Amino acid sequence: MSRLKILALLPLAAALSGCDYVVLAPAGDIAAQQRDLVIISTVLMLLIVVPVMALTVLFAWRYRQSNTSARYEPEWDHSTKLELVIWSAPLLIIVCLGALTWMGTHLLDPYRTLGRIKAEQAVDQSKAPLEVDVVALDWKWLFIYPDYGIATVNDLAAPVDRPIQFRITASSVMNSFYIPALAGQIYAMPGMETKLHAVVNHAGTYKGFSANYSGAGFSGMHFNFQGLDDKGFDAWIASAKSAGGSLGRAEYLQLEKPSQNEPVRRYGTIDSDLYRLILNMCVETGKMCQSEMMAIDAKGGRGHEGLNNTLPLTYDKYARRGTPLGPEPTFVAGTCTPDAPQGQTTASIKAPTDIAPLTGAGLKRPTFAPLKSSSFFLGQRPKSDS
Amino acid sequence: MSPDLLKLIFGRLGLESLPLHEPIVVGTFVVVALGGATLLAGLTYFRLWGYLWREWFTTVDHKRIGIMYMILGIVMLLRGFADALMMRGQQMLAFGGSEGYLNAHHYDQVFTAHGVIMIFFVAMPLVTGLMNYVVPLQIGARDVSFPFLNNFSFWMTVGGAVLVMASLFIGEFARTGWLAYPPLSNIGYSPDVGVDYYIWALQVAGVGTTLSGINLICTIVKLRCPGMTMMKMPVFTWTSLCTNILIVASFPVLTVVLALLSLDRYVGTNFFTNDFGGSPMMYVNLIWIWGHPEVYILVLPAFGIFSEVTSTFSGKRLFGYTSMVYATVVITILSYLVWLHHFFTMGSGASVNSFFGITTMIISIPTGAKMFNWLFTMYRGRIRYELPMMWTIAFMLTFVLGGMTGVLLAVPPADFVLHNSLFLIAHFHNVIIGGVVFGAFAGINYWFPKAFGFKLDVFWGKLSFWFWVVGFYVAFMPLYVLGLMGVTRRLRVFDDPSLQIWFVIAAIGAFLVFLGILSMLMQFAVSLLKREQLKDVTGDPWDARTLEWATSSPPPDYNFAFTPVVHDNDAWWDMKKRGYQRPLTGFRPIHMPSSTGTGVILAGLATAMGFGLIWYIWWLAAASFLAMLAVGIGHTFNYHRDFDIPAEDVIRTEDARTKLLAGAK
Amino acid sequence: MTVAVNPTQTGEPLFYLADEHPHPEGYSTSLGFWIYLMSDCLIFAMLFAAFGVLGANYAAGPAPKDLFDLDLVAVNTSMLLLSSITYGFAMLTMQQNKIGQTQMWLAITGLFGAAFIGIELTEFAHMIHEGATPQRSAFLSAFFTLVGTHGLHVTCGLIWLVTLMVQVGKFGLIEANRRRLMCLSMFWHFLDVVWIGVFTFVYLLGVLR
Repeated sequence: MSRLKILALLPLAAALSGCDYVVLAPAGDIAAQQRDLVIISTVLMLLIVVPVMALTVLFAWRYRQSNTSARYEPEWDHSTKLELVIWSAPLLIIVCLGALTWMGTHLLDPYRTLGRIKAEQAVDQSKAPLEVDVVALDWKWLFIYPDYGIATVNDLAAPVDRPIQFRITASSVMNSFYIPALAGQIYAMPGMETKLHAVVNHAGTYKGFSANYSGAGFSGMHFNFQGLDDKGFDAWIASAKSAGGSLGRAEYLQLEKPSQNEPVRRYGTIDSDLYRLILNMCVETGKMCQSEMMAIDAKGGRGHEGLNNTLPLTYDKYARRGTPLGPEPTFVAGTCTPDAPQGQTTASIKAPTDIAPLTGAGLKRPTFAPLKSSSFFLGQRPKSDS
Repeated sequence: MSPDLLKLIFGRLGLESLPLHEPIVVGTFVVVALGGATLLAGLTYFRLWGYLWREWFTTVDHKRIGIMYMILGIVMLLRGFADALMMRGQQMLAFGGSEGYLNAHHYDQVFTAHGVIMIFFVAMPLVTGLMNYVVPLQIGARDVSFPFLNNFSFWMTVGGAVLVMASLFIGEFARTGWLAYPPLSNIGYSPDVGVDYYIWALQVAGVGTTLSGINLICTIVKLRCPGMTMMKMPVFTWTSLCTNILIVASFPVLTVVLALLSLDRYVGTNFFTNDFGGSPMMYVNLIWIWGHPEVYILVLPAFGIFSEVTSTFSGKRLFGYTSMVYATVVITILSYLVWLHHFFTMGSGASVNSFFGITTMIISIPTGAKMFNWLFTMYRGRIRYELPMMWTIAFMLTFVLGGMTGVLLAVPPADFVLHNSLFLIAHFHNVIIGGVVFGAFAGINYWFPKAFGFKLDVFWGKLSFWFWVVGFYVAFMPLYVLGLMGVTRRLRVFDDPSLQIWFVIAAIGAFLVFLGILSMLMQFAVSLLKREQLKDVTGDPWDARTLEWATSSPPPDYNFAFTPVVHDNDAWWDMKKRGYQRPLTGFRPIHMPSSTGTGVILAGLATAMGFGLIWYIWWLAAASFLAMLAVGIGHTFNYHRDFDIPAEDVIRTEDARTKLLAGAK
Repeated sequence: MTVAVNPTQTGEPLFYLADEHPHPEGYSTSLGFWIYLMSDCLIFAMLFAAFGVLGANYAAGPAPKDLFDLDLVAVNTSMLLLSSITYGFAMLTMQQNKIGQTQMWLAITGLFGAAFIGIELTEFAHMIHEGATPQRSAFLSAFFTLVGTHGLHVTCGLIWLVTLMVQVGKFGLIEANRRRLMCLSMFWHFLDVVWIGVFTFVYLLGVLR
């Protein structure tokens, strides 16, 4: 471990030069381990790169044409010993690096729950991790704190030394969720969920942004990530709660419309089902959720009736657009069943770990927020502009 | 006229499609139009059209087609590099509330066009051009296996380039990044013509590339001269063979993935959509299954060039020929097993990620072996520092760095923090400029005297070299630094003013490279003026080792009066050593393929069809398609595609050379 | 070093062929055509892969078992298989230099091929009429594209076949035309092999799923 500490000094020296080498001097344990891997790999490779470069310069100088004192062997073109060396030296380095990669990749898998807070501190199992649902919108970030019932736009905070579990998705196109000071990035993709586990060790304000180009407003798609002490975090939550605004389905559909350089926004109350609906791309009423669709598909589709359950698309984040040669765009209508309003399906409900709900007590009521704008209702087709 | 009729005739093309509101584009257009008009007027005035058509456009001579590929690559380099300068300028200026001088609509096109042009229309033509020119000469063949196809392939590549250039002035180019990931590139988010230009430019050029790949494989496998067994082939021919195998085994994947994307965009299928069960992730996988081999398609021929150059200018046999060949073959195979390292951050499991990470690292073993082979070729040599060798040394020093950062990016957890950052940008420019571009320049300086009969000017060549090499480091080392500060790619404006200095340095570097390009153009011009002084009559100005140097410079149409017989890896070296006597009598008529204009016409029609599809001008697309079919079928009714060069012509050409050689003595 | 010029020449030269025969016309054609076929094979491989990935994404729409009429597909398959056999006869008669019979077998091959295309188009039209369009689900997109690409290849083969029949009629069974018939033969059998893959993986396994 002491070797690692010396290596850790390298970025320190770099940081001293006045710039913020955040990748080399991060504030989170995951990013710090990733940094260590960057440095160890570099040093390992320098073992071979430096000699190669030195030999290049040496040979280039030594065997120049004007140096007639150097040996000249025009027919010498093979040496088994040398061949062994030049294949095995890189091989050895790659064996070491490969082992390192295998271990590092598994230990630092973003899907893996954290085992430690920092080098000498294990995770306190009694403390629940902070859950944050992240949605990449055009072109801003929505953060939902399901445990606190709040949501923010372009503003993220977490208490120091408490593990964070991010669940990440996107509303329309691919983005990449990246806070260099906290942990490596992971893609945010529509209709799919990626996960990231991380922890911040030092209080402070850090930059977060999208690291995958996503269209015109991409440059402005950044936010501040604050590492706060417990008290500060509680205050932050309280201020969000008192901010008032509420984020339901209708508000979300307004919010997800493309906009650039969005200021920070906070919502004191949220539709607790919203993230699931976003992930399943069925925030609009009447649209079938992906989870239901996949459950139906897994049972072999819906047969010929399935041919008739599409409806013309009335809503699109961008203006509604069709293809030149294809039919007008449609969407798959959800099926409403008494126990699964808005196209929920039993398939997406996980097996309960707590049996209390099974006895009938404490069942979560499905939330239903009526839409305000009439244009979202089915059947009213605005003229296509394609 | 009624709007419906206009729509029928012009599709979605209208006056508003011309970017008249973009002063930069209008300015460029004026310059290009004036330059183009001058060029056309000049050609007309000097009555060169007939000559160009007969001797160049319709030629099936692999040497002329190779030269035309190189010209295409260099012309497109100017366009691609103009994009680079614009990006560097924008990123240098857009700080502290400044929006820079490019809006998002323009900037996003610029970086997309830069990537597409540099890979498809600069690097590919340069590499293909060198292979086309050199390979048949190196294996002692008279031409490629399918000379007509060669001409057609070239013009298809030109057709793709024409479509990309058209997008500058008519409509717009894609705003998606150079690989056009859906859903962003799908109709919902990119409804304009940009992505359609992208698709059809690459499809048209892709057909050409695939066919030229098939052609060169056949050439190398079937047309080698007697005695040249596989293990006696020059290393450049070996790397060309591997590259063309990669082309044939990867470009169909690109064709399919672009075809599926265009189906999504034109008829509304659901391959890469979010709804209806489509999978954008499949696009990312498929395009990288093409995209990673593409990297090796570009760099393998460069490796071959460096092998030839190192051994020639060290005056020594290539060290470890056999291991060099095996290294090339291993790289070829492994390049198919690494594609996922371009998107570790998509959330595949740790085992999948580490598998692809480790396979990627394994590629560095044969690459490292190659590096050592070049090193030990120099060892105990007599190195002459002519321009090609200078580029090679610059390559060795630069490429090692790029390789190192590449292996670093292959470690998934390291990639999580560096992916899509400017560190990545610096890495791949480090390998592509340091490997492919330096390789192409080494090749140009090396084989130019073969192609034209005079050497390139050394002064301007050295100037170009130093501007390029220094400019490269000044331009890209800051990007490594910025990557370590967590700065991501494709950003148009920045908040943090402390970053600006690095972008200023990078812009200075780009300007130095610009001077390097200008010096290179000067080098061509000056060499042309001084061609009498720089003349080489021997055909072997570098005291080289492979067969292409056995014939005259420039080689006659038929390459070799008598097909050579090879006994050694370094065939020409062996011939010189054993006192080869150039034959002076016994010449016979030589059977050669005839020129044809079909390739130009077919490619022109394909380009018109692409244009029609881009703008929804259905009648144009349909008419060009039918015309293509008719011309193609009509061509098959021509059974007389060869002719004999009469023995007298051969004798005249060879006698002229005999006199030249006698004069040189 | 410059090359010495020596006018006298004795014996068989060491470094060149004094008595050279040019490669016969079409020397590389069969290799080139094989490589082309392999690249085409890769196109189909990608389409199969796309079908493999998307083939079960019905988007709550119909599945293969709701759509495919195996009897019709069996007839269709037999059309293509028979056309391969008749093409084989065409090649056999070509080798015996019987122009008339070759043309006849080629014509029969073309008819079988046209029947195949006709049946396939009927199937497509029926599905689209029902509402099972390529736009309905990713499964249908992949299905129509894979099967349609194969059909497009067969159509190209038919155009080629007609062209060759004209050329054989006009110029006879000359060397160039024999070579072309050989290439078309490879192409035709290749499409047969691909179809067997389509029949197995798309239709049979689809209905079983």
